Amino acid sequence: MAEIRNYTLNFGPQHPAAHGVLRLVLELDGEVVQRADPHIGLLHRGTEKLAESKPFNQSVGYMDRLDYMSMMCNEHAYVMAIERLLGIQVPLRAQYIRVMFDEITRILNHLLWLGTHGLDVGAMTMFLYTFREREDLLDCYEAVSGARMHAAYYRPGGVYRDLPDSMAKYQPSKWHSKKEVDELNNQRDGSLLDFIWSFTERFPGCIDDYETLLTDNRIWKQRTVGIAVVPVERALQLGFSGPMLRGSGVAWDLRKKRPYSVYDQMDFDIPVGVTGDSYDRYLVRVEELRQSNRIIRQCVQWLKDNPGPVIVDNYKVAPPPRMEMKRDMEALIHHFKLFSEGYCVPEGEVYSAVEHPKGEFGVYLVSDGANKPYRLHFRAAGFAHLSAMNEVATGHMLADVVAIIGSMDIVFGEVDR
Amino acid sequence: MNSKSNLVERLRGHFQEGGVVYTESLGEVTMVLPRQQLATVAPVLRDSLRFDVLVDLCGVDYSAYRGGGWDKGRFAVVYHLLSVARNERLRLKVYLEEDSPVIDSVVAVWASASWYERETFDMFGIIFDGHPDLRRILTDYGFIGHPFRKDFPLMGHVEMRYDPQQGRVIYEPVTVEPRELVPRVIREDHRYEDLKRDR
Repeated sequence: MAEIRNYTLNFGPQHPAAHGVLRLVLELDGEVVQRADPHIGLLHRGTEKLAESKPFNQSVGYMDRLDYMSMMCNEHAYVMAIERLLGIQVPLRAQYIRVMFDEITRILNHLLWLGTHGLDVGAMTMFLYTFREREDLLDCYEAVSGARMHAAYYRPGGVYRDLPDSMAKYQPSKWHSKKEVDELNNQRDGSLLDFIWSFTERFPGCIDDYETLLTDNRIWKQRTVGIAVVPVERALQLGFSGPMLRGSGVAWDLRKKRPYSVYDQMDFDIPVGVTGDSYDRYLVRVEELRQSNRIIRQCVQWLKDNPGPVIVDNYKVAPPPRMEMKRDMEALIHHFKLFSEGYCVPEGEVYSAVEHPKGEFGVYLVSDGANKPYRLHFRAAGFAHLSAMNEVATGHMLADVVAIIGSMDIVFGEVDR
Repeated sequence: MNSKSNLVERLRGHFQEGGVVYTESLGEVTMVLPRQQLATVAPVLRDSLRFDVLVDLCGVDYSAYRGGGWDKGRFAVVYHLLSVARNERLRLKVYLEEDSPVIDSVVAVWASASWYERETFDMFGIIFDGHPDLRRILTDYGFIGHPFRKDFPLMGHVEMRYDPQQGRVIYEPVTVEPRELVPRVIREDHRYEDLKRDR
C-alpha cells in the first residue's frame, strides 16, 4: 500500500491573494488544511519604536502608514490619545469634519475590501466598479490634505485646515477631449461639501449595483456561505472586533457603545450577522457602506450650516495661522518651538480606541512628561483576526484559505506595524 | 464616572489579597497586580466580572522613564480587558524585575493572548510561562536581541545586503551613525498641575 503523508505548502509571501506580505505555512491532507501557521513581520517597520524617538506631532504621518487602507481612522485614535492626555477640547466643527472623514475612510476601506475579496474568489468586475467610486473619495482626501492616501490631516487639537471651497478639476489632454472632461467635471463646480453631497446621492445606487453582482450570485454564495464560521463565544475569546464580531451576531460598535467625537449626534444603525460565516460578514460590511453614507450626509448638512474654527486656539499645541506669523514675534516663536521641540505632554497613560473599518483600533500611550511618547503601542484589529487563522482555516479546503483571508480584511501595515 | 468607581469596588470585593493597587485616571481603571496573583485573578476577571475579551496585551520597558530611576520593576506587562456584556474596560498591569522577566501565560483564559504574548516576548524578552508556542513573531528569522527594550538602539545592530561574491544575503554591523534630531526634554509646566493632581 502506498504511504500517505501530509503535504506542507508554503503560501506567499509573494502571492496576490495574501493581501500583502503574508507567509502561510499550510499543512495539507490532500486539499484539506490541517494546520495553518501564519508567519508575519515581513512589513515590520518598528513604528512604535520610531514614534518614541520623535516629538508627538511628528508621528501623525506614521499613523497613515499603519493600516494604509484606512488612513484617517488611525490618525483619529492617535490624536485622541494625545488630546486626552493634554486635556484639550477639540472645536465642534473639527469633530464633525473628523467624523465625516472617518466615514469616508470606512467606505474607502470597505470598497477596497469588496473589490479585492471579489477578485480573490473570481468576481473580477467588482474590483473595477469599487475602484471607480474610490477615485472620487480619494479626490476628497486630496482636496483637504493634498495627498490621496497618506493625508496627515488630523492634528492634535483639530484638523489641519478647513474644507476647501472648490474642487480640483480635470484638464483636457490628448487622452481626454474637452467633452469628456466636462462630463468628469460635472459635479466639481461647487465646494468640497457639494461634491461629497452629490457623491452620497449616487452612492446608494452604486451599492445596489454591487449587490446585484454579488448578493444572490450563486458562485459568490458557494464560496462564502458556511465558510469560516466563527460562533459568538469563539469570536470573543479570539479578540475579534468590528465586522468580524458583528458578523457573528454581537451588536458591538464603539461608535454606539463608547461614542467619541460627535458620533452620539449621529443617527445610524449597526448591522449584525446571524451565522458568523464569510457571507454574513460580507452582508454586514455592505450594510455599513449604507450606514456610513447616512452619517456622511448628516455631517455635510451640519458642516454647511455651521462655520467655525477647525483647530484649537492654543499655540502651545496647534500652530498659529501663517498670516499672524508674518506679523507677530510671539507667533513666530510659537511656530518655531512647536515644529522643533514640540510640546510636553503631562505624565500619564491612556488607551484610546476608535471603531476602525476593520475593528477596534486602539492606541496605548504612556507619557513621562517629555516631548516624545515614552511608549506607544497600537492595538490592531487585523492582528487579532489573523491570529485566529489556524483555528478558522483548519478543516477547510486550500482554495477557501484565500476566501478566508479576504473575509478577514487583513492589511499588513497594521498587522506588522 | 459613577459606574467606574463601582467597578473598583466590585474588584475590591473579589480580590482581597494584599498588593493589588487600583488607580483611576482619565476615566480608565488600572489594576496593578503582583506577578504571583495573575494566574488566579485572570479566570475570575473573565468569569465573575465578565471581562470576556482581552483587547490588547503589550510590554513596557520603564528603565529610561523620566531619565531613569524607576523603582517598580523594569518591565511591565499591560493587559487591556473589555467586557462586552457590561461595556466596561479595565487595564491590568504587572511589573516584572529585570533579572527574571517571567510571567504566567493567560492563553488558557483568553485565546487572543497567544500572538500578543509572542509579540511581547519578541520585543521585550519577557517569557510567558505556559505559552504553548512561544516563538518570535515580528522580527526576522534568526534575529538577536529584543528591539523594544530601551537599551536597544533605534538603528539596530546589524544591516543586511546582497553579497555578489558569496551569492547570498549577508549581515554586517550597522554603518549608519545614530543621531537624534530633537532631544528628549521634560519641561515642568504649571498649566498641567491640575491634571497631575488627578492622577
